[in-house]
Amino acid sequence: MEVLKIATAGSVDDGKSTLIGRLLYDTKSLTTDKLQAIEKTSKQKGYDYLDFSLATDGLVAEREQGITIDVAHIYFSTQKKSYIIADTPGHVEYTRNMVTGASTSQAAIILIDARKGVIEQTNRHFFINNLLRIKEVVVAINKMDLVDFSEERYNEIKADFQELMGKRDYEDQRITFIPVSALKGDNVVHASEHTAWYKGATLLEHLEGLDLEAVSNMGTPRFPVQYVIRPKTDDFHDFRGFAGKVYGGELSVGDTVVALPSQTKSKIKDIYFYDKKYKKASRRSSVTITLEDEINVSRGDMLVKVGDVPTIGKQFTATVSWMDSQKLTAGNKYIVQHGVNKVLAKVSSIDHKIAPDYSGIDTETVSLGMNDIAQVSFRLNKPIFYDTFKNHRTNGSFILIDTQTNSTVGAGFITTP
Amino acid sequence: MEISNIELELSPEPELALLNDTSQINTLENEAIYIFREVAAQFEKPVLLFSGGKDSITLVRLAQKAFWPAKIPFPLMHIDTGHNFPETIAFRDKLVAELGLELIVRNVQDSIDQGKVKEESGRYSSRNSLQTTTLLDAIEEFKFDACIGGARRDEEKARAKERIFSVRDDFGQWDERNQRPELFDMLNGQIELGQNVRVFPISNWTELDVWSYIKEEEMEIPSIYFAHKRKIFLRDGLIWSHSDYVYQEKDEEVLEEMVRFRTVGDMSCTAAVYSEATDIDAVVQEIRDSTISERGARIDDKRSEAAMEKRKQQGYF
Repeated sequence: MEVLKIATAGSVDDGKSTLIGRLLYDTKSLTTDKLQAIEKTSKQKGYDYLDFSLATDGLVAEREQGITIDVAHIYFSTQKKSYIIADTPGHVEYTRNMVTGASTSQAAIILIDARKGVIEQTNRHFFINNLLRIKEVVVAINKMDLVDFSEERYNEIKADFQELMGKRDYEDQRITFIPVSALKGDNVVHASEHTAWYKGATLLEHLEGLDLEAVSNMGTPRFPVQYVIRPKTDDFHDFRGFAGKVYGGELSVGDTVVALPSQTKSKIKDIYFYDKKYKKASRRSSVTITLEDEINVSRGDMLVKVGDVPTIGKQFTATVSWMDSQKLTAGNKYIVQHGVNKVLAKVSSIDHKIAPDYSGIDTETVSLGMNDIAQVSFRLNKPIFYDTFKNHRTNGSFILIDTQTNSTVGAGFITTP
Repeated sequence: MEISNIELELSPEPELALLNDTSQINTLENEAIYIFREVAAQFEKPVLLFSGGKDSITLVRLAQKAFWPAKIPFPLMHIDTGHNFPETIAFRDKLVAELGLELIVRNVQDSIDQGKVKEESGRYSSRNSLQTTTLLDAIEEFKFDACIGGARRDEEKARAKERIFSVRDDFGQWDERNQRPELFDMLNGQIELGQNVRVFPISNWTELDVWSYIKEEEMEIPSIYFAHKRKIFLRDGLIWSHSDYVYQEKDEEVLEEMVRFRTVGDMSCTAAVYSEATDIDAVVQEIRDSTISERGARIDDKRSEAAMEKRKQQGYF
């Protein structure tokens, strides 16, 4: 069974939680006790309809304020696929949650309120999905019931959105428009009787039809070593296994590999998953690799195929999404966590801030505040082995950790060496 | 549309197969193994919180896979309420002996005797929430910096907001409004002295995923997960175990019925479900067809809409 991870984006009151609740309800994924709790609470609050957002808003403050604060994960499955939805809040001040949710997703749903149309925040939602190179984006034009299921209104919004698409950086992104009413259930799981003019798939039909291999971002194999397994038992006296996850492509027994940073060559002797040996390890499998030669490899090192070595460098420029209330300024030091590798980094310059509504760049920026997105150059105290984010989603991204608070304060997507 | 059948791939032949990542179990299993290895690499004193329930048994299997052929490089710890099902305790001891693992047990009874917590009394009394104090004391005693638990995001709505590496302050408390963002696969385990991280390797698994995995891996689990005849009584629409540890009114009649447990906490907070599922195939089928959520039979969650969130803030699992 395939798993599809989806991030959602929408502004306050666009009905994001309601849409997710509707998906759960119409796929019969809500259990009786959860449904009863929703019915009871909806009634207590005096609503005329079931408030499906109660299925997802988990924290007390969220229920009190009727908003989603933090990324919540929702699970449901159909005959064809399993779905994990990262429900991310849409307020301007919560960009960081949107970036976070999108970072682990292969698809995204952007909600637009049919009455309001494309607003400043829609630009932002689209920009972030583009920045994170989400391959498959669904634009759900919601609350169609409140505009009398007007085809004209739908086309107007679609045209406005297509204007945005001209500005995007990631051309391969596929965008699909669907007119829905999450509250009433039109075109979410079941086709609507009110939109005879719409010939496309319902939201669920569309998601069911996505080819997972096609929506995944491929690259070339990168094997960051997480942990060295040395059992030191009689049976496995000389066993030295490099444990890690394969990113981007396949690795096979017999492949000549280069260990970074030492640049020593060796051949893959065995690939283990638990106690069994395999000829090949595919993308995203957590395996243990042994090499023909005894070479020095430890955590943070990387195995790559010979002839396909990433950039080895002590400086790079990246698009940074800043996530902390403490500002980022030139000269600040942070820990860069690149995969499982950690190095100290110094901000050499903030090149320019990027307006996340596509309206332009600001080259005068001297510091970054919470939710700012900017082009930033770094210098490192030790070389790392990286690709650009465009070429390798995993090996081209990193997080920034505050050296004082240990918090994750930003995320970066490497653009140029 | 029905909740679907998970198609499990047969174990591949050694030396032949390509490790495939399209089946859900494989994806989730690979993710969990990655998390276990991050724990071993990033922390000095990790511990696996083991309750004897199906989720923690699954964790042990995943940890075995993550470190083979080496042994699991950290101990297990059980916070024993003293009101556990005897079947669970027997199972725990057998598993630990078979795998040659180190087991630490700390007892809620000791926390009561030391006057640190007060035993609840009355109709809904339970030692479930008292575990928090015993757990936090044990973390301090052993200076554990990472506690691995079997919580899943699909279980409960406060848990849906939980991180994979979830930082607890030096009082063991969860600040749900101020959590570290987790991007891509990168897990930030940097903490200050005195803080610890709760780690949830099976965050993204659903109940059905766990049961399917138990079936696929042919794992042994405590017998109370399968249908058996048990003395019970009914209260608030839930099936309670008749036991010395569970408060029972005189007019609450003792019945004997075929039941099983979907979740195993201590006897005072875990309700049974009627079931005829006596083997793993029947259990998986039952979960697939079920219209009641797993924690629908957790008395501890019924206390209020925000019961779990409150307990988590105080340092609960």
